[in-house]
Amino acid sequence: MTNPIADWSHANQERAQQLMARYPDVRSAVMPLLYIASLEHGHVTDEGMRQVAELIGLTPAQVHSVASFYTMYKRDGVGRYLVSVCTSISCFLRGADDVLAAVEEATGTVDGETSDDGMFSVEHVECIGACGGAPALQVNYEFVEGVTPDKAVALCRWLADGRPDVVRSDEMQALFGGRASFDPGPADPEGAIAPVPAFGPYGSAASGPQRAGR
Amino acid sequence: MTDRILTVRMEAHPQDSHTLATYEATGGYRALRTALSSMTPDDVKAQVKASNIRGRGGAGFPTGVKWGFLPEDLRPRYLVVNGDESEPGTFKDRILLERDPHQLVEGIIISSYGLDVHHAFVYIRGEYPKPARRVQQAIDEAYAAGYLGSDILGSGFSLDITVHLGGGAYICGEETALLNSLEGRRGEPRIKPPFPAVAGLYAKPTIVNNVETISNVPWIVANGGAAYAAIGPERSAGTRMFSLSGHVNRPGDYEIVMGMTWRELIYGIGGGIPGDRALKTWIPGGASAPWFVPDEHLDTPVTIDDVGANGSMLGSGAVIVMDETTDVVAAAHRIVKFFAHESCGQCTPCREGTTWLERILWRILNGAGRPSDLDLLLDVCDNISPGLRWPPAMTTICPLGPSAVSPITSIMRHFRDEVEAKIRTSEGASVG
Repeated sequence: MTNPIADWSHANQERAQQLMARYPDVRSAVMPLLYIASLEHGHVTDEGMRQVAELIGLTPAQVHSVASFYTMYKRDGVGRYLVSVCTSISCFLRGADDVLAAVEEATGTVDGETSDDGMFSVEHVECIGACGGAPALQVNYEFVEGVTPDKAVALCRWLADGRPDVVRSDEMQALFGGRASFDPGPADPEGAIAPVPAFGPYGSAASGPQRAGR
Repeated sequence: MTDRILTVRMEAHPQDSHTLATYEATGGYRALRTALSSMTPDDVKAQVKASNIRGRGGAGFPTGVKWGFLPEDLRPRYLVVNGDESEPGTFKDRILLERDPHQLVEGIIISSYGLDVHHAFVYIRGEYPKPARRVQQAIDEAYAAGYLGSDILGSGFSLDITVHLGGGAYICGEETALLNSLEGRRGEPRIKPPFPAVAGLYAKPTIVNNVETISNVPWIVANGGAAYAAIGPERSAGTRMFSLSGHVNRPGDYEIVMGMTWRELIYGIGGGIPGDRALKTWIPGGASAPWFVPDEHLDTPVTIDDVGANGSMLGSGAVIVMDETTDVVAAAHRIVKFFAHESCGQCTPCREGTTWLERILWRILNGAGRPSDLDLLLDVCDNISPGLRWPPAMTTICPLGPSAVSPITSIMRHFRDEVEAKIRTSEGASVG
């Protein structure tokens, strides 16, 4: 039998096998596997969904039905930095719409689109659980709370100029954030290497598999 | 009298409350040792039942009663911790996951022992990678210390915990949608019965409890259910995490004993309204809850039953405050837009209804409202939740659709003149 994920990095192939062994039913691994497929291919591609399907014995349509249900599986491509601006009620009351407009202006990218150079994707999102630090946003799912339109512009310029390989909530919060929902405690060395949540088993800067060359 | 349980450690040890060393140094895992060495599983369940703790995810169902629904003879059983916190305004599980993950892990181990569970899951929303990292670190430390895995502390009891990240879907906070998601499916709620306690994860008996609920279990076992039940009002026992947001001077997470008034919560704990502006309205329990207004509710006690008797709910403990400058139609639109976006699409009244409610509110907001829109809004609401009663009647599998009705009935009841004024302006604009 051929290995459906033979083109994945060795580390990610190992991760996939470990994930599949974590659940009583291998189908439960479909969501984490889709995150790894995103790391491999830059986003959730048709090929990635086909590979995941073959790996766990589903049809590509079944995997597509899962991927298309959730907002974090980006099937249409996504920029190096995904800027997600919360516009739900608590952030709305604190000026989130102005933050979104500033991000659109600074990145030259309208809500829901990716910039031509592939640097930024911009999206408005529903509540991200940072209401005490409203308005808030995330870059590759790393929080920045208590932002203002000016700080959001500075954050986007910082990303575009420095092109950091890893984005960390603590660093961005210190540079561009304001009031946070709560004291974050000690610095967290991990951060996101792609628009995929930086959680060890799926891929993070400190311990996870590396993104394939992109 | 104990007034805080869950946030004591993170406040005393802000730099390392999440580590095993600090957790153990402050009494952590002692309750687990007690449970495994000198309590039977039935003793654990009895203490949780005696605590009278009600689920902290939103529905407020008594946890001990829920645990009692497991069939006696079916194995395996699963425990699933719901960390898909997504109700707008709610950010209280996030702090518990990030700042005191061992408290949750110990709660999971003790609960699993009581429930005869040997594989537990923590479902954390995908937008919470840092909380997930902290919980995974705590689990890794617990394995290394012998608190997880086979034959825990020589007791013969074994348990594994798996952390599972969501993919961005509010509906997965509904427990049967969460189970579908955990099974690798679309997060669509299941028709009940059967309830998860009978046929849950992989069709096996399953208990789904909120992060905050399970985080209370170590204290309950260490101090006894009766001690927990003695905190706060009789039917709102224990402390409760509240997330304060919107127009307050001190937004944030607060652990309080229920029973104070809304005035004390908003003006005392929340520090009042910025610029000393007037309070216009507030949402007492997350975006799904009907709104309260100062004239009627400022002196209402903050308890599950008092809020329920006044036509709303404490829900997830999310208090969203709006001052006099707030455009309540815009605020209601923003909340309805949330539910329209998050509707899973299974049930027609919710899928179509929330979409139309959002569009009608949008046109009222943007100068294209029609006089008939007031009745139309209420008619669509009535089709989602017949009679517009509280608690809401349902035409749908889960409560998401009826939740979208709350902001509309709230502005129609308390601020109808403002809605009508926007429509009158629309007419003027279209004629002129």
